[in-house]
Amino acid sequence: MDRRSFIKSGAVLGSGLLVGFSLKNNIAVAGPAALSNPWLKIEADNSVTIFVARSEMGQDVYTSMSMLIADELDYPLGKVKINMAPADAKLYGNDALGGAQITGGSTSMRDAWIKLRTVGATAREMLLIAAAQKWNVAVDKCVASDGFVTSGSNKASYGELAQAASAVPHNGKPVLKTPAQFKYIGKQVGRLDTPSKVNGSAIYGVDVRQPGMLAASLAMSPVIGGKVVSYDDSAAKAVSGVLGIVQIPDGVAVLAKDYFTAKKARDLLKVKWDNGNTAAVADMAAIKKGLREASKKKGAVIGKAGNVQAPLAGTVKKLTAEYQLPFVAHATLEPVNCSAMIANGECHVWGPIQFQQGAQGVAAAAAGLPAEKVFIHTTFLGGGYGRKLELDFIGQVVAIAKASAKPVRLIWSREDDMTHDFYRPISLSQLEGGFDNKGNLVGLSSKLTSPSVTARAFPGFVVEGSDPFMNEGSANLTYDIKNFRAENVIHDTGIRVGYWRAVSNNLNAFAIESFMDELAAAAGKDPVDFRMNLLAKHPRAQKVLSTAAQKAGWGQLRQRGRALGVAQMECYDAYIAVVAEVSLKDGKPTVHKLTCAVDPGVAVRPDQVLAQIESGLLLGFSTAMKNQITFKDGAAQQTNFDSYPMLRMSETPAIDITVIEGGDKPSGLGEVGVPLAAPAIANAIVAAGGQRIRSLPFLTA
Amino acid sequence: MKLNVNGKVVDFDGDASTPLLWVLRDYLDITTPKFGCGAGLCGACTVHVDGEAIRSCSYPASAAAGKAVTTLEGLPAKLAAPIQEAWIAESVPQCGYCQCGQMMSAAALLSKNKAPSEAQITEAMDGNICRCGTYSRIKKAIVRAAGNIA
Repeated sequence: MDRRSFIKSGAVLGSGLLVGFSLKNNIAVAGPAALSNPWLKIEADNSVTIFVARSEMGQDVYTSMSMLIADELDYPLGKVKINMAPADAKLYGNDALGGAQITGGSTSMRDAWIKLRTVGATAREMLLIAAAQKWNVAVDKCVASDGFVTSGSNKASYGELAQAASAVPHNGKPVLKTPAQFKYIGKQVGRLDTPSKVNGSAIYGVDVRQPGMLAASLAMSPVIGGKVVSYDDSAAKAVSGVLGIVQIPDGVAVLAKDYFTAKKARDLLKVKWDNGNTAAVADMAAIKKGLREASKKKGAVIGKAGNVQAPLAGTVKKLTAEYQLPFVAHATLEPVNCSAMIANGECHVWGPIQFQQGAQGVAAAAAGLPAEKVFIHTTFLGGGYGRKLELDFIGQVVAIAKASAKPVRLIWSREDDMTHDFYRPISLSQLEGGFDNKGNLVGLSSKLTSPSVTARAFPGFVVEGSDPFMNEGSANLTYDIKNFRAENVIHDTGIRVGYWRAVSNNLNAFAIESFMDELAAAAGKDPVDFRMNLLAKHPRAQKVLSTAAQKAGWGQLRQRGRALGVAQMECYDAYIAVVAEVSLKDGKPTVHKLTCAVDPGVAVRPDQVLAQIESGLLLGFSTAMKNQITFKDGAAQQTNFDSYPMLRMSETPAIDITVIEGGDKPSGLGEVGVPLAAPAIANAIVAAGGQRIRSLPFLTA
Repeated sequence: MKLNVNGKVVDFDGDASTPLLWVLRDYLDITTPKFGCGAGLCGACTVHVDGEAIRSCSYPASAAAGKAVTTLEGLPAKLAAPIQEAWIAESVPQCGYCQCGQMMSAAALLSKNKAPSEAQITEAMDGNICRCGTYSRIKKAIVRAAGNIA
């Protein structure tokens, strides 16, 4: 539901209790003040609606965010109705991401933990006060539980009390439950979206249907950013069923009743493209050469301890190594798609969208309408990983809807999706470590050279040459090393890049955690012991590391030919350690098992912690084993799941996850599992007698 | 041409080479078969033709003429219910996009083999990609469903 129809839907104030959250004052607000930022609505029939203002792409915000409100409100979670909130950053901005309404950075729960509980608890306290007044009893003689307030023989549903409660004054700073009082948080409760995803009624972007809506397929330049010079549509027009052909800034679109006809005709378009300079710069040899040249520059120093200028000064034994990661694609199983309709001076956009605020702006520009006339309807996302916070497809579908004057559903082919991604940046990491004369690691330098997503997407956040998202996984190093320097060099290769689940944690963790094993070997130490000794200041890190090692049988005899490798890090406020069990055949690794221990602070929904970590580990594993995007003449050479293979059931290793709750608030979770599979496997390969692999993917065709 | 979809006979007058997926989705508004790759590589579009799991994105509508096409919507309850209940009990879906196709592959397996081995499950399911990595839960759900199919 969009905000306009929400407010129009009327019942808003007349018959119930509406509670929101004032981002400005950091308090819950109710009644008319909450009209502008509703999170929770209790209606006379005792129904409760929660407005989820983050996109659901599998990471479970839909259930977890609802749990925070339902728990504090004390209302049956299974009866909660959920509406995706409209686009409005003023109302639903994410403080953890500079106030933008955006789902990313594993921030949703960290941002919501106190806010949404405050909303639920405020509503509960207002209902209790209303009940006390109604029955003329003391508030502390009233109990709110499972949607009803009781006091002695008196009983009223929240719905019956809602209207009176809406007039109760409240400062918006309620007393929150203690963990012992939680009914849902930390308990085994099912996902609220599971039934619809199992019976097939869940609506994804591709499923959007509106009266008269046509399918569209868009011819884009094989080189991203290429523009149409001219086109010949005579063959395309001749295809039976073609209902329109329109040119937009990104290409030429064909419209038909069905996708197949639109795509077939689109493939018959003869388009002459102007590809600018990209084709000339974008082949792999040139890209890698440019990256290496750039790595010789001094970078922005973003992590420091001790002698930052010369962290290896005075060390008697030194080690250096370089690590490289390739471009990779998001390859969400639901390809990029979006639907739009422009009518009656309004533009409606339906789709799998991670960045509602940005979507609204781009759609407004493409439609030629003010932002308040643009309504963003977020569907379920068939995978996101960062791809669907880009806005390219939103601008495209609105431009097609405008040019054709028809409601349209734009679906990219898998090939469009894979060759027009915002790729995870290619990277070159240069590591140096040095030991003192007692064999202690006293100096470490980590330098990451890569394209910067932030410099493209949010340039204002790049300060003095430093992209804060490139620091993840290096600046927050958990090891206590006397002299430490982390630095970044931003280098634009000409290939557009995007945030990809766990972002630079993937790049930094592969380099640093591989290098830690190389340092341990140079010091003649066991990789787990070596790390444990450097983690004395991080007991939570030590705990997950020792737990993962113990569960994996570290140091114990194992099946012939199998060996273990370890990696650990702090990631989005979580601590995680992974042990990979690997064997080699003809020098190629088989991964048998990934054993993981993770400390997410608080596990809001424990089963989802397991699901998210397993999902992250397998995405990291799958990508590290086989995936890379390469470019020739500016065009991506991998186009579908044959040349860019996905993990299948038969290749999936055993997974063992232990969750240790070592904090008092939830960490991020959606991305935490991804980075460490790769370094743990690289380390296990060496332990199994294989070569040190410093460049991914592990397997190349 | 006439197609039999979920027990109903429907007319389709479009291009006979149109993949079954797009007839189902764009003419019949049956949206549980999802579009993933268009090349029979991911299994998101899996439906049954005469009880066999096929990739509808790469299966021309003309090849389905005279045969029974079944989607998740039309799966007999005695097969659908135990599978869907098992999927819920094991909390399988994350993003959920692939799961209709996964359940259709599982249904084709379980309709022929009420007690599949782990190897048989893996063989039957290996054409279905899950980008969220729910494979271990899918396996458990199939074992659970197998025990509940009459």
